[in-house]
Amino acid sequence: MPANRFNGFTDYGIGIGLRAPHYQHILTRKPVVDWFEIISENFMIDGGRPLHILDQILEQYKVVQHGVSMYFGSAEKLNREHLWRLKELVKRTKTPWLSDHLCWGSVDGRYTHDLLPMPYTFEAARITAQKVRAVQDFLEIPVAVENVSSYAEYHVSEMTEWEFLNEVVERADCGILLDVNNIYVSSQNHNFDPLKYVNSVPAERVAQIHIAGHSRYRKYILDTHDHPVIDPVWKLYERAIQRAGHTATLLEWDDSIPSFQEVHDEALKANRFLKSTVLAKAV
Amino acid sequence: MRLMELQRTMARAVMQPLTRTERMQQKAPGGGKMRVYASRFIKPNDRLTSFERLEIYNRQYWFRVLSSMIEDFPGLRAVLGGRRFEEAAKAYLCDRPSRSFTLRNLGSRLEAWLRKNPKWAGAKQKLALDIARLEWADIEAFDGKAEEALRPEDLSGDAGPSLQLRLQPYIQLLDMHYPVDDLLLEVRKDDEDTDFASNAFQERRKRKRVQAVAKLKPAEIYLVVHRVDYSVYFRRVDREEFLILSALRQGKPLGKAIDIAFRKSSIALAERAPRVQEWFQNWATLGWFCRAEKKA
Repeated sequence: MPANRFNGFTDYGIGIGLRAPHYQHILTRKPVVDWFEIISENFMIDGGRPLHILDQILEQYKVVQHGVSMYFGSAEKLNREHLWRLKELVKRTKTPWLSDHLCWGSVDGRYTHDLLPMPYTFEAARITAQKVRAVQDFLEIPVAVENVSSYAEYHVSEMTEWEFLNEVVERADCGILLDVNNIYVSSQNHNFDPLKYVNSVPAERVAQIHIAGHSRYRKYILDTHDHPVIDPVWKLYERAIQRAGHTATLLEWDDSIPSFQEVHDEALKANRFLKSTVLAKAV
Repeated sequence: MRLMELQRTMARAVMQPLTRTERMQQKAPGGGKMRVYASRFIKPNDRLTSFERLEIYNRQYWFRVLSSMIEDFPGLRAVLGGRRFEEAAKAYLCDRPSRSFTLRNLGSRLEAWLRKNPKWAGAKQKLALDIARLEWADIEAFDGKAEEALRPEDLSGDAGPSLQLRLQPYIQLLDMHYPVDDLLLEVRKDDEDTDFASNAFQERRKRKRVQAVAKLKPAEIYLVVHRVDYSVYFRRVDREEFLILSALRQGKPLGKAIDIAFRKSSIALAERAPRVQEWFQNWATLGWFCRAEKKA
């Protein structure tokens, strides 16, 4: 199950996000890390230092691309320039799969640069799935869609978020990047049982899992990626691993970024659950 | 509500400017009450109204795009002052919302917009345009394309007047009315130091910066924004150097480029040939030239 057609039949372990404050540490100390996830948009450029650093990383590490602005759920057409630049980068990194978010963020050619929540309607599922398929066909690699954290729900929704996710991935025949922190954040903001969400996802389509920390405010939780992972999120991760198997896992830490070692140590906590899953299977 | 209509409705609200206290406006896009506008498409929950839920996205949008502008244009911010800069950036983003998938391009139309809207810089218009242009050139030079560079020995063999040379795509050529390169370097140095500084120290820095802007005297300068080992540098060049490089950028052959550069030059005739030789030696050493594209 972990190596499946949605992650290019790879069997990656625990990775962390490649972030600028850690570049020097990685290039000089060469720490042992299973893999790095890069934000595609940071490297969809023509030249200069970012690509030079990426090339050095690629010589020594496995890299997977994660995007933040494909906006599969936007009603407008896909951005051709974005696709061409992304394809160039895919050739460079040889990423075995690629992920982006199940959200929208642009309309009439104007970009909000945010991950805005989808209305859970059949029309939206159809449009989104068509775009995921088109991207997958164009890039010629598997695409996984990631569930986002959300702070609003729409009157027009016709199903739950997990039903919508299932509808999209079945129609698009694509993978899932299951973000268990996002499930937790949204469950707190919208009063649903996060375990029900995890149990409803088609486990055979899970290509990758994200874990992260968040910030709690008086009336809602924000997905800030600036704290360690909390226990309830680890519990969701444990359940996801029980269902999907030993899946490529990545810790996101994007703000108030601590030392490389601290981030890596936090990510490696996932080993507790991955090892117990392997043991359970062996028994 | 269909998908496109819902997204247009939400985007209009999300991209509407915040109030002075950084809250969502009570007035909806196109008039009416925002409370009513939000409740038409967003569900409330047991803790938040529709208005409050929409407001989270409205605030996130503005915090994100404004912090991107502050990061990309610290020099313009120093020239206009913090509050004026934020007001100008908000007006710019309302007039010219992002049309690119990447925040990198958010400021690509700022200089042109400032030129059309001089009220934001007032008496400092020329200075503001110069610094905005330099800061955008810096972004372009940082991650622009580099071709294989010609070495000095590549130039020595067939450097006749019909030789066509091409400048590296990442190189930016700027003619300025103010010495904004010095100003920007000073602002950046301040920003680096500020990370470790006390409030009192930061205040002194701020005053120093205001004084530095006020003291800046106009001066014609010619700049090449270029890269060495992936770091961006600003190099001042002579007027004639600038004109040769600009002509080469426009695709003119070497001989023509040199003619243009010396048309109104005060450099004595006898000095010209050795100067040109020295310039080309420097430019080639810095890797500024690449082979001209072959015509199909």
